Amino acid sequence: MLLPVWVLLYLNLERMADLLIYSLLGLKEGSHFTQALWFFVFEVPKVMLLLVLVIFVVGIIRSWFSPEKTRKALEGKPLFAGNVMASVLGIVTPFCSCSAIPLFLGFVEAGIPIGVTFSFLIAAPLINEVALVLLIGLVGWEVALIYVATGLSIAIFSGFIIEKLKLQRFVAHWFFQIQANQKNNEEAKLVFTERINSGFTAVKEIIGKIWIYILIGIAVGAGAHGYVPEDFLGELLGERNWYGIPLAILLGIPLYSNAAGIIPIVSVLMEKGVSLGTALAFMMSVIGLSLPEIIILKKVLKWQLIAVFIGVVATGILVVGLIFNFVL
Amino acid sequence: MEIKILGGGCANCKRLEKNTIEAVSELNLNATVLKVEDFQEIMRYGVMRTPALVVDKKVVSSGKVLSSEEVKALLIQPV
Repeated sequence: MLLPVWVLLYLNLERMADLLIYSLLGLKEGSHFTQALWFFVFEVPKVMLLLVLVIFVVGIIRSWFSPEKTRKALEGKPLFAGNVMASVLGIVTPFCSCSAIPLFLGFVEAGIPIGVTFSFLIAAPLINEVALVLLIGLVGWEVALIYVATGLSIAIFSGFIIEKLKLQRFVAHWFFQIQANQKNNEEAKLVFTERINSGFTAVKEIIGKIWIYILIGIAVGAGAHGYVPEDFLGELLGERNWYGIPLAILLGIPLYSNAAGIIPIVSVLMEKGVSLGTALAFMMSVIGLSLPEIIILKKVLKWQLIAVFIGVVATGILVVGLIFNFVL
Repeated sequence: MEIKILGGGCANCKRLEKNTIEAVSELNLNATVLKVEDFQEIMRYGVMRTPALVVDKKVVSSGKVLSSEEVKALLIQPV
């Protein structure tokens, strides 16, 4: 019953923004301030509507998945197939980065190769539904799909390579001494209304956490949209400069932001001339390689393995960026 | 009653701890509440998702930040 309201609102966003800015506030079309404000008034409800819908749907989908089920599904799979499955499951399995270690240990104990586990751990934060929605809303469907496809590829191949490098000896010693103790905790089957509830809960929780970042991000975007000349950044970070992508990645790794804050900025970067490959590389290194998660993983992985992990993923992002800047 | 909160130290785990302490005090229970951050010990309970709540050595919840109401409901149940 909420859906028709949603559709009505969504289809009329432009008209509502026009109404507010031009009619009610009487601002002149074309001035920097008007442009910035229109952008803000149009994009905030649009992004919020999209977010509510997608988080709700994903919340429901997630109620069918759990780390325990994922682990069972991955047991015994041959390497590459495992990488693919783990990456896809990484997107839909509910996962908080503080669970990274119990999950990592649980998977490895079940005999899942660490490369497959890494595919999961890479895909989970990297391919994020909030990021997806924001990209659809602020940049477009095509880029959003590219994001998912390249994110999956990076997760699959990074995990595969990590496994091939045979780095098991860099997992903490004490881990292999713990007895297999992960019972498959009984999981209650959820009734459909409970699943719908998890959709609502997800919306409340996630939007409750990120709405302020979205507002700030879109405000910054609005400011840049209205005031920064087009192609201002194109000269610095546009296609032909080879250093754009590595720079973007280096900037992105230590920056830890949730997707909500960074994507409005990315969309404006692109509007101002930063090429797709560079923008994608920046975005993926911000959300895919998160410093807090790495700090947590340090407790169970030696620095050599962490370094390889960062290196392989960063290289994957680099390759993606290069493909989009130079080949397409 | 011995209550343990298993978690690696992120914000969610701290919230569960806070809610649990609140629930215990509201129920006026004679219980100790401990936070376990060491992963070796966490692993021994067999949980794959943190934060997790352990009451008298039994895992009653994992992967969810329970509200103090939800914790109270769990504590009242005969284990």
